[in-house]
Amino acid sequence: MHFDAFDRYHEKDSFLHHLDPRVKVVVTIVFIVSNALLPDAAWFGFLFAWIFLLLVNAASKLGVAYTLKRSLLALPFALIAITVLFSIPGKPVLQFHFLMWDLTVTDMGLLRFVSILVRSWLSVQMAILLVAVTRFPDLIHALEHLRVPAILTTIIAFLYRYLFVLTDEVFRLLRAREARSAAVPGTRSGGGVLWRAKIAGNMAGQLFLRSYERSDRIYNAMVARGYSGHLYTLNPHEMKSTDYFATAFAIVVIFVTQILGRF
Amino acid sequence: MLYSPTPMHIPDGFLAITISIFCWVISAAVIGVAISRTNKSLGEKQIPLMGVMAAFIFAAQMINFPVAGGTSGHLLGGALAAIVLGPWAGMLVMTAVIAVQGLLFQDGGLVVMGANILNMGLVTAAVGYGLYRATKNQPKGVRLAVAGVAAWLSVMTGALLCSIELWLSGTSQLAVVFPAMMGVHALIGLGEALITVSALAFIMQTRPDLLGAGSESASGSSSWAWVGGLIALVVVLFSPLASADPDGLERVAINMGFINNGLSAPYQIIPDYTIPFLGETALSTIVAGIVGVIVVGGVVFLIGRGLKAKSHS
Repeated sequence: MHFDAFDRYHEKDSFLHHLDPRVKVVVTIVFIVSNALLPDAAWFGFLFAWIFLLLVNAASKLGVAYTLKRSLLALPFALIAITVLFSIPGKPVLQFHFLMWDLTVTDMGLLRFVSILVRSWLSVQMAILLVAVTRFPDLIHALEHLRVPAILTTIIAFLYRYLFVLTDEVFRLLRAREARSAAVPGTRSGGGVLWRAKIAGNMAGQLFLRSYERSDRIYNAMVARGYSGHLYTLNPHEMKSTDYFATAFAIVVIFVTQILGRF
Repeated sequence: MLYSPTPMHIPDGFLAITISIFCWVISAAVIGVAISRTNKSLGEKQIPLMGVMAAFIFAAQMINFPVAGGTSGHLLGGALAAIVLGPWAGMLVMTAVIAVQGLLFQDGGLVVMGANILNMGLVTAAVGYGLYRATKNQPKGVRLAVAGVAAWLSVMTGALLCSIELWLSGTSQLAVVFPAMMGVHALIGLGEALITVSALAFIMQTRPDLLGAGSESASGSSSWAWVGGLIALVVVLFSPLASADPDGLERVAINMGFINNGLSAPYQIIPDYTIPFLGETALSTIVAGIVGVIVVGGVVFLIGRGLKAKSHS
């Protein structure tokens, strides 16, 4: 497997790609918090936030609809919120019979349901864009600048570095299982569910031992190259004038969003 | 695909901001303790180990086994991580896994990440390790059986917390979300328990030194058994209560002021330029004014810094 199999970064020569990663992380988080703060049915606020999102998309040179394509990710989770359609008191909009329940959709419930979905939809798009325009190591570096404890960012850096190596390992295990799971067509292969679970557990155990031993070798190799508990980077981040302007602009936009959302 | 989302990762937008912040505060406090404990007890050698172990949990979540009708069981890993690495290291490893799932794959939101870390990383490790730790001097069979129960309960605890957070945020009704989450996770938890037990059995058989005395997994103090047992007890007692009388619980929560019947209050931090918990007083307007001043001041400061940086270059 190639090292960037899990990467979401898309190389482009755009304004957003050159922005300081700290700015991108902070603006993304403030944007998501702002969405959560908008009251239900704050349509102007939602609209303005969406326009900002489209603008940022365009500034990334990835295409105006880039994040739109992957934005339905959180949709299955909407099922969790479906009960608000019926539970909030309000004027009945739609009544129907489903299995054994008589359900009434209220106008207040509908507003709340749609608001939750819109908030989630806007937030996930900004998060998608963040990793599309920021290299993951830069993102980790930015988190470190933003006072996330070094031990956590280092663990995350290692996780990212070895994820594809261990995924290769998993695929080897899965392939070996496939290769030994022959069956005559029409008959069941292998044992029952319990037996299958046991095999999966053995594979997890095997993966654990291989990872454990690998981490030993990695540590020895690092010590051999002078590791003393700190990781160093060759690209120090520096806030430039455009970074400050971009942050100021984003804060103004998000503040206006909040005001518009309260009309 | 390489990566498939699981039903317990809450996306952004589904939790009220107050609940998100509350969960972040708890998670940050626990993670802080975990960091100071790991720093104290383990050397710099542990950092690469924990990093690779985080990648292991991530990769192990891809191992699945067919159950029936196209569904499959797979591992979440909170209990397993805590049992083999010790409770504090297990928590840090799970935090890293959930952070990468949220950051890189958008599986779980960023602002609600505190809640996701709490549900899937911290309480799962506490319950999983605590119950396992209680069997310290028991024979192997007992330890494995308890580890299975612990893994199942850890998933149930996460699901319970998840549904409570969604309910307090006014995103779903307890009467529906609670049985749904607990029902689904009772099955997911079975897969978790089976894989955890056989993985542990495999490790005990091939590398008993990794789980024996002097290993990381023996590093937690015996009070973990109490913590794990207590949380498990709460889950076991709370679940029948909530399933039997969810409306009653909802009423209690409304009476105690946790949730508002109209359910819109948590979303309005500064409605009409007043701060809700301060009421419609002069003080409230002043605080709202200060917030405005800070925002404007921040923008002016940033532009100033920008101009300064520009004149230097």
